[in-house]
Amino acid sequence: MQHKNGKRVIISIASGKGGTGKTLVATSLALSLAGKERVQLLDCDVEEPNAHIFVKAVLNHKESVFIPIPKVDENKCTYCGKCAEVCIYNAVAVFKNKVLVFPELCHGCGACSYLCPESAISEEYREVGIVETGNSKGMDFVHGKLNIGEAMPTPVIRKVKSYINSEMTAIVDISPGTSCPVVEAVKQSDFCLLVTEPTPFGLNDLILAVEMVKKLGIPHGVVINRAGVGDTKLDEYCRKENIPILLTIPLDSRIAILYSRGITLVEGMSQWKNNFLRALVKIREIAHERACST
Amino acid sequence: MKELVVLSGKGGTGKTSIVGSFAALAKSKVLVDCDVDAADLHLILKPTEQQKEEFWSGQVAFVDREACTECGLCQEVCRFKAINDFTIDPVSCEGCGFCYHICPVQAITMKEQMAGHWFISKTRYGPLVHARLGIAQENSGKLIAMVRQKAKEIAQEQKLDYTIADGPPGIGCPVISSLSGANLALLVTEPTLSGMHDLERIISVCRHFGVPPLVCINKNDLNEENSRQIESYCLNQGIEVISKIPFDNAVTEAIVHALPVVEYSQNRVTNEIEKMWQNIVASLKGDKYAHL
Repeated sequence: MQHKNGKRVIISIASGKGGTGKTLVATSLALSLAGKERVQLLDCDVEEPNAHIFVKAVLNHKESVFIPIPKVDENKCTYCGKCAEVCIYNAVAVFKNKVLVFPELCHGCGACSYLCPESAISEEYREVGIVETGNSKGMDFVHGKLNIGEAMPTPVIRKVKSYINSEMTAIVDISPGTSCPVVEAVKQSDFCLLVTEPTPFGLNDLILAVEMVKKLGIPHGVVINRAGVGDTKLDEYCRKENIPILLTIPLDSRIAILYSRGITLVEGMSQWKNNFLRALVKIREIAHERACST
Repeated sequence: MKELVVLSGKGGTGKTSIVGSFAALAKSKVLVDCDVDAADLHLILKPTEQQKEEFWSGQVAFVDREACTECGLCQEVCRFKAINDFTIDPVSCEGCGFCYHICPVQAITMKEQMAGHWFISKTRYGPLVHARLGIAQENSGKLIAMVRQKAKEIAQEQKLDYTIADGPPGIGCPVISSLSGANLALLVTEPTLSGMHDLERIISVCRHFGVPPLVCINKNDLNEENSRQIESYCLNQGIEVISKIPFDNAVTEAIVHALPVVEYSQNRVTNEIEKMWQNIVASLKGDKYAHL
């Protein structure tokens, strides 16, 4: 699917609440399209990536994700304290005759090395995660993995997104929540699908997710998963806010069991493929309308 | 006073439903919601706010376009690609202040951000400390550290035995902030391949930060083969599976009625959660897992 200008669209799959079915939707959406055009599936949930399990990705390339951290040459250092003064993250501490660097706190902004009056700070690289690429069932596949014990997923997410190829439709699977890693992953999408469930938890977190995509100015729609499980407040909210419901997946133990075994919905129950393709048509219309109006 | 945190790696495995039930079962505790960007515990506990505080954290750069000479140095040095056309994108800005320091005409200022709120509330089950991070904000880790600190202070003042924290999904900054220094982590998983994959990663994080984990398999009968695999994996790792909760619609019905499942109805889920809480109390009291 593409805009009139020829650019392929980027569709991200997010949710406020975890476990609502983002990966289920992302993998089935990508596979539905895979036979028809060039598709990329990118898993930006770098804390807990799961899409590879479902699409049985063959990963043939691995790349480390580094962030630059300061390295102080104490032969040049005069312990003036400038680096510690400019570091907003408290990642550098300067004592009378010692400089300590705390790599886990460093965001890699580079201010300390640039501003050091003695040019005593160079940069070295610290691995915070990896990105693996490969393919699966006719799609390009990319995912990132944050290293255990690392706090900051955003550099890994950025690296995953650097693989977005404008000649393909990109489906981006995203972690739950509404804070910085989610924003980093959703940014630049042409459309964001918000997956939720009809429970008070699902609705509460959908409202937060809608606020987020509105703030980013990204056109969006909703997928209701496990329909029938809870109440009708979710439908009422979507109607009131004029948010299109693009797909409804019922509460069905067969779907849950397929998921538990790592089988995608469209492969386990192939009749679903048309539903996903229909949702894609609507997504294209909405994304296109928005692109033309801005 | 002991700190329990409930985590899962994968989202939606049932953390909040379980913490909501612990709230009803535990006698002497402070409740904490550490999921500050998609908090749900309040929907079950229905708190009455007693104290509301602003959370100021982090900075964002602003360019004074009148003073700006469009030299472009700020755009060149910004590693977060937050400056385009001499304007700051506040969402991308990580507040490092590099641009502020190097601007030759001092056209950039750094402004503190109001990043959210935190609350101390009263619930029918005891005090609750919770928070709401602003949409698209950073520093969730700091907010969580603050919420945990407040909970500890309340527990000490009122001589309560436990803090029970509902944690966020994932393994990054907010999880590390919820976990570090806790006495025990309860990891809620489900017998799906995703749940199993994510459990292994969150166990590694617990090990990394030296917090002993216990495992609860929720929706146990969804796939009993997977469930057995989780048990044997945990056995190999020397981690106890302290509860296997069957799948039951009562859990969702309880959420819809905004009640802890143990108060909603007496069913097989209720019995399992009650037993699990007894086990956790024994573990926390005896520091049975201190050696792990």
